[in-house]
Amino acid sequence: MSTLLGFPKNGYKVVPGPETYLSPSAAAMGVVLPNEGEALIEGDIVPEEVAYEEIANRLLSARNPTLFPGPLVLWAWSEKAVAKARALLEMVGEVPGMKIIPMPDYRPKYPMINPKVEINPNHPNLTIWHNNIDVCVFVGVHCHFANLALKIIRAGTDCYTIALCGQRGHEDAMITLRDVHAEEVMDLTDTIRKVKMERLSC
Amino acid sequence: MEALKVSPGFEKILPQEYQELVEDGPYGRGLAVKDLGTFKEVIEEHPLCAGCGLGLAIRLILASLPDPGNTIIVGTTGCNSIVMPQVAIHNIHALFGNQSSVASGLKRALRLRYPDKTKDVVVIAGDGGVADIGLAPTMHSWFRRENITTIMLDNEGYSNTGGQESGMTRQGVVVNMAPVGKKFPKIPLHEIAKAAGCAYVATVTPARARRLGQMAKRAILIARDIGPTYVQIFCPCSTNYKFPPSETLKRAKETEITEYMSPEAQEFIEKIEKESQSRGGKE
Repeated sequence: MSTLLGFPKNGYKVVPGPETYLSPSAAAMGVVLPNEGEALIEGDIVPEEVAYEEIANRLLSARNPTLFPGPLVLWAWSEKAVAKARALLEMVGEVPGMKIIPMPDYRPKYPMINPKVEINPNHPNLTIWHNNIDVCVFVGVHCHFANLALKIIRAGTDCYTIALCGQRGHEDAMITLRDVHAEEVMDLTDTIRKVKMERLSC
Repeated sequence: MEALKVSPGFEKILPQEYQELVEDGPYGRGLAVKDLGTFKEVIEEHPLCAGCGLGLAIRLILASLPDPGNTIIVGTTGCNSIVMPQVAIHNIHALFGNQSSVASGLKRALRLRYPDKTKDVVVIAGDGGVADIGLAPTMHSWFRRENITTIMLDNEGYSNTGGQESGMTRQGVVVNMAPVGKKFPKIPLHEIAKAAGCAYVATVTPARARRLGQMAKRAILIARDIGPTYVQIFCPCSTNYKFPPSETLKRAKETEITEYMSPEAQEFIEKIEKESQSRGGKE
């Protein structure tokens, strides 16, 4: 499989680390963003329905699933942001034991971050380590800070990362959906409910 | 958005600092220097040296912003740049010296993007950034009559790179890495600012807290409607100049307090301050 630019993908997989001290960006390793109706699972392009199910499975199987909401959903700066925030809270309610740890802004913390109550894009690994998070969901974080945080997490932790992106997705996450707004979050919640019912009926 | 609001349901999960900023921060409240100690400030800790004049100056400027929720600060490399990213106000770190160019573009873009709102763009940078490396962008923003405020934190040298002299170092002064002494006088940038077209020019020090607050506020308000403004704040550096941190304010008092307004700016300030007093304004 080759990328848009014709470079070989080299079989690079975006999987949980710890990968290396300086993890390469997935884009540099040939991973490209999905088109409309598609998503990425570990660097491979898949239909978005497949990714919805995989996210549901990952969250419902997690020991300590955690939502990391960023400024775009934490702050009520628009009606759409508020609607998306409401939908996310409903989704969290459907995943047993799911916690919420916020990323209210991107300021470096002086003298140090409190990893128990917040996550910061400059050292997200501290929050992952401190709280033993095995599956996390990024949402509402601006592109470059999301990619930075996702890379650091892949470099230094074994956490499985999921990014629900309002734009084109995050290739540095293990699973990413694109064009995620309130409606798509509600669709994901429905998928989680469906997978839960399937598991109960087994 | 009138003030900082949290999406419903997320209020309780915000860290304490953010809850306090939402409930008791300065956004949309029209506070001033005299209100310090009665509200949650946008920065409360900093990594500057003990006795740093910049730390106090920054605190006073931030407490004086007319509308902190709609202010964007543009800074550049310097001692202040290790503080500004931690401030709970939008800020941009420009390349070393081009802060006034970035601020000019930002102000114009904000005017197009938010035609019904007033967004204040304030350059806060050191003497190296404003008077040496960024002198051309600074002066050209004044020549172009950009509606931005430039605040120079003047510690008379390059302090966080070991202590080199800057154009703002006084003649004859020896600093850590300039052992033969400054060979030419301090740049009279406040005089140049007047000649270059600034509608408001002030020199002040953090030793005069309320005056500094008043000048910063006036500069920002004038820049909104009339033209470029410049405030030069003398911030003594105990690390580079080798004096005890406890002497900072004493040394800060050594500078002259000056204020210049163009006739148009004078008329504008008299009008808005009169209106503010009749409404029971703060300062």
